[in-house]
Amino acid sequence: MARVVVLGAGISGHTAAAFLRKWLGINDEVVVVSPLPRYNWIPSNIWVGVGLLRQEQVVFPLVPVYRNHGIEFKQARALALYPEGTDTNASPAVEIEWTLEGKAGERERVNYDFLINATGPKLNFGATEGLGPEKHSLSVCTAEHARETARVFLEQIERMKRGERKRFVVGTGHGTCTCEGAAFEYAVNLEFELRAHGVRDRAEVIYLSNEYELGDFGMDGLRIKRSGYVTPSNIFTESLFAERGIDWITRAHVKKVESGRAYYENLEGEDREISFDMAMLLPPFSGVGLKAFDRKGEDITPRVFAPSGFMKVDADYLQKPYEEWRARDWPRYYQSPAFKNLFAVGIAFAPPHPVSRPRVNPRGTPIFAAPPRTGMPSAMIGKAVAHSIADMIRGSDKPTHTASMAEMGAACVASAGANPFTGTAASMIVFPIVPDYERYPEYGRDLDYTMGEIGLAGHWIKILLHHMFLYKARLRPGWSLIPE
Amino acid sequence: MTEQVSEYTQQKPQMKPSFYATKPTGMTLFMRTFFPWQVWRFAWINLKMLVIIRRSHRSH
Repeated sequence: MARVVVLGAGISGHTAAAFLRKWLGINDEVVVVSPLPRYNWIPSNIWVGVGLLRQEQVVFPLVPVYRNHGIEFKQARALALYPEGTDTNASPAVEIEWTLEGKAGERERVNYDFLINATGPKLNFGATEGLGPEKHSLSVCTAEHARETARVFLEQIERMKRGERKRFVVGTGHGTCTCEGAAFEYAVNLEFELRAHGVRDRAEVIYLSNEYELGDFGMDGLRIKRSGYVTPSNIFTESLFAERGIDWITRAHVKKVESGRAYYENLEGEDREISFDMAMLLPPFSGVGLKAFDRKGEDITPRVFAPSGFMKVDADYLQKPYEEWRARDWPRYYQSPAFKNLFAVGIAFAPPHPVSRPRVNPRGTPIFAAPPRTGMPSAMIGKAVAHSIADMIRGSDKPTHTASMAEMGAACVASAGANPFTGTAASMIVFPIVPDYERYPEYGRDLDYTMGEIGLAGHWIKILLHHMFLYKARLRPGWSLIPE
Repeated sequence: MTEQVSEYTQQKPQMKPSFYATKPTGMTLFMRTFFPWQVWRFAWINLKMLVIIRRSHRSH
């Protein structure tokens, strides 16, 4: 009998827990620890943020799903790992603090045979002064944030209907943000909704990003074969923005946000500021701040976690210049080099380096997009790790399944307007996610499997994915047949 | 400090980065929402995604 503890119930953690339950024996335990009792299909938060969906349409309660499938759920946040156990209990353990009403604040040590860290990111609004929904900007990172963003957005629309002019700034709230795809999606959806409400002529929409070029998305952009040319993704992204009348500012590190005004520096090291009536600015991510202690209680956090707070896994973390980065630097098994029964999936693992070329301005401020690890790769990594752990419980002495981001492709559908007849979405497929210049010397990717196009079909796919993946996450009949 | 965007939005179109961007023709815009064409693209993109998923899982 083995116990696997999964910290986090986002896309990667929930996928891992569900497959573990499916593959492990009835006597094995799967325990999920998450501070929130709900699952959130985050890709659809964009539509909540413009008021097209209600918050309840992108979340559902986890407790009944886990109860019906024999997964133990603890509504708590993880505080510290004891991978060697303690003097009084030799079993590895994780210390958690309950967030469940009635038990809030109570601490417990949960023993494990295997542990998957799927804690996702800490939304690090604190990295930029004044950033975040509790201060002067909005976000769509959680369903609650998106609901508040929609409230403000609809209020602005009402004012515009009364004749006022408004400026919307959408983008990244720090020079090292990731998830530019979400910011891009929100900008074009917001613009589409302004038109739908008949107030587009009274609005300025400005995209403010840390990307070097539009369409970088933290993946160093992509190249697409189209109309007899191999064309970089910035051409398509700029085209869409120009067509929609969205202005853009790239290579920007937002360093301070005040009520109605954001201050940023650019890659040239110049100070700039921009006023706004509404700003949706994504935060940078960091690890959630888990600590690790050895048997004697000594702090071994630096051995288990990178300085960013993300967990070290089987990647090559040797610092080296961009020119020397290799696809094989990226992890394949997501196993901690320090403890063989410890894994990290989704955003919780520490990437060996960015994908986009790092750039620093003359003041030493880094301004480049961090690597994305959300959505499809998160789920694939969660599934591969679940498979490895199930095999290790059955006797394998090492992980058996790989899911390197340098060996897998990803599909991303970014909504550009939600309407079943006039809406569009950008459908993008890349293979592999992390460019491999040894295998594909010219562009780092297989151009036969890398594509992107904008159209109504993409919007239908986005709707299909919304319903299909919520069905799958609810673990309804046949859920495991839906590919991640 | 400068109010870059205020200056920017008052500029002539040819002074903005968007002036130099590739823009879709009327035909391209029409095809983006032309129902029969988009039904075909829906099938094709889904197929392509399935191929990618299959290829990604093959490396396991």
